[in-house]
Amino acid sequence: MSSFVDEKTKVIVQGITGHQGSFHAGEMLKFGTKIVAGTSPGKGGSKFMDQVPIFDNVSETLHLKPDATMISVAAPYVKDAALEAIYSGIKIIYILTEHVPFHDSMDIVHNARRMGSIVLGPNGPGITAVGKCKIGIMPNKIFKKGKIGVASRSGTLTYEIVNAITEAGMGESTVIGLGGDPVVGMTYIDVLKEFEKDDETDQIVLVGEIGGSNEEIAARYIKEHVSKKVVAYITGRSAPPGKRMGHAGAIIEKGVGTAESKIKAFGEAGVKVAEYPVDIPSLLE
Amino acid sequence: MNLYEYMGKSIFREYGIPVPEGYVVENMNDVKAFTKPVVVKSQILLGGRGKSGGIKFAKTPEELKKGVSELLGSKIRDYTVSKLLIEEMIDIKRELYVSVTLDRTSRSPIIMATAQGGVEIETLPREKIFIKTVDPILGYSDFIARETVKFMELSPEIGKQFSAILKKLYQIFEEKDCELVEINPLVITGEGKVIAADAKVIIDSDSIFRHKEFNVVDPEKTPLELEANAAGYSFIELGGNIGVIANGAGLTMATLDALTLHKGYPRNFLDLGGTDNVEIVAKAFDFVLKAEPKAILVNIFGGVTKCDTVATGIVEAKNRYKISQPIVVRLSGVKEDEGRKILSDGGIDSFPGMMKAIERVVKLAGGN
Repeated sequence: MSSFVDEKTKVIVQGITGHQGSFHAGEMLKFGTKIVAGTSPGKGGSKFMDQVPIFDNVSETLHLKPDATMISVAAPYVKDAALEAIYSGIKIIYILTEHVPFHDSMDIVHNARRMGSIVLGPNGPGITAVGKCKIGIMPNKIFKKGKIGVASRSGTLTYEIVNAITEAGMGESTVIGLGGDPVVGMTYIDVLKEFEKDDETDQIVLVGEIGGSNEEIAARYIKEHVSKKVVAYITGRSAPPGKRMGHAGAIIEKGVGTAESKIKAFGEAGVKVAEYPVDIPSLLE
Repeated sequence: MNLYEYMGKSIFREYGIPVPEGYVVENMNDVKAFTKPVVVKSQILLGGRGKSGGIKFAKTPEELKKGVSELLGSKIRDYTVSKLLIEEMIDIKRELYVSVTLDRTSRSPIIMATAQGGVEIETLPREKIFIKTVDPILGYSDFIARETVKFMELSPEIGKQFSAILKKLYQIFEEKDCELVEINPLVITGEGKVIAADAKVIIDSDSIFRHKEFNVVDPEKTPLELEANAAGYSFIELGGNIGVIANGAGLTMATLDALTLHKGYPRNFLDLGGTDNVEIVAKAFDFVLKAEPKAILVNIFGGVTKCDTVATGIVEAKNRYKISQPIVVRLSGVKEDEGRKILSDGGIDSFPGMMKAIERVVKLAGGN
């Protein structure tokens, strides 16, 4: 068993003919992801890379029984695309797009909860179950099959840490990017619950950053409910308050969301926090 | 994006939330004839304006002139005052507080209100504040106002006015894509009228595409930040002397952290994003150079952004901008070896690991 997705997961790509959508759909196929269809309004009837059928609407893909979707459409159209997928009954909704207005994200997340779907992102790298299925934009070559589960709010920083784990001779089970926006679909707790019961995951790495109090809440949860070893890295300890450090969600406001507070919370939960990303493997067993 | 008080109040006026009568001035000629006592308020985006001397009261025409000339062009902390809001003085009997904002944990709007307004909300004990999470799909309904008014123990007449204001405030939060709409203080006057004496409105900058009415320059950004943002870079000026270019917000932040832990001082945050375009890489140096760093660090973990593309862009920038400062590059990931060769041919140092590059650039910048 793995977390959220596996080799049987059937995926569609909304916006498969776009610049980002087509590039990453191609990489996902190379990884071995089962992409059963793509959508692009007005381009139905054609094929992507001579193998993946393209339809105008998600409703036309339902006979292929998709489990998950990757949404790669421009920010103003993300809400509509996500609602289309959610109300078509698709259970895993990954949103690649950056700069989605958070009012739209609130609507997406609450509608998904109502319909029993989960949302990854917006503005995250997606999910990779190593050796089984990749939905998103993580580089194919950094992974090695292993038993470390990774959950992160960031993209390249996640690759940096995954790469360090791989180079240290360990490997990963599932790597999940929650997204860098102030409103994203999944929390660390959603992921921790999955990793705790996943028999392919032995240890857990959380990659956090300044802004919000998601890490503090995760730390309290770990203390009570997680028996597996958890280690963490927090970025943004040098960030000045009031500045958005690239991610809309990475901002210290009114003293909330500081790196100190997150590091302290993890310390109290017995979670070791690495000073540098490359130190993560040395904290693992 | 933070809006100035006068902009927030003009939205309030548009939605029918009562605000004091007033107007904006940018120079002495804009000042209208004195007819009644007024407050002269500096339009800056800082809390505690009153304490910093940014607000003057004028009971005579002379005091008005004096207040305006003292405030216009003055510096309050780092901000230069270029606009003033001149408003009728209101007879304050009580001060309330009300706001609608995003609660990131529940991913929902929350309404906060207290009968003890006029102070920083964070300084009040939790039990004095009414907090209501609103389901964004359900939206606002009048029962929310009834609960709020009851908690605040407002009289029926004041409660009625308050409820009307709360409903409009929520409407503004939704329709204008706000991160925060806050009235502090919301004043009850001697005549029993409820009036918004201040307005704090923050708009989600990602929603600007559907709000052409906010086509204003973000007042909190520096000219160089605005220029770099317009060119498509996520760029923030910081105080130090090491120019930083990295890919991905998280990795860029981690680079700044690592520099700081090594007693280095980053001059900027520049996230290249995911790109496979030489020109985007080369042009990034233009903005970093304008910030006049002593040394430049490039930290790339290649994926979508390939190392050979970055290397070509760095060499191109070095020649185009005749860069005299030392450039230290860390390349790892996709096409790393190709990238490293391009750099060494161009006479630029590169490292496979982040820590070695950090140590080197801190030394070159003279820090540590």
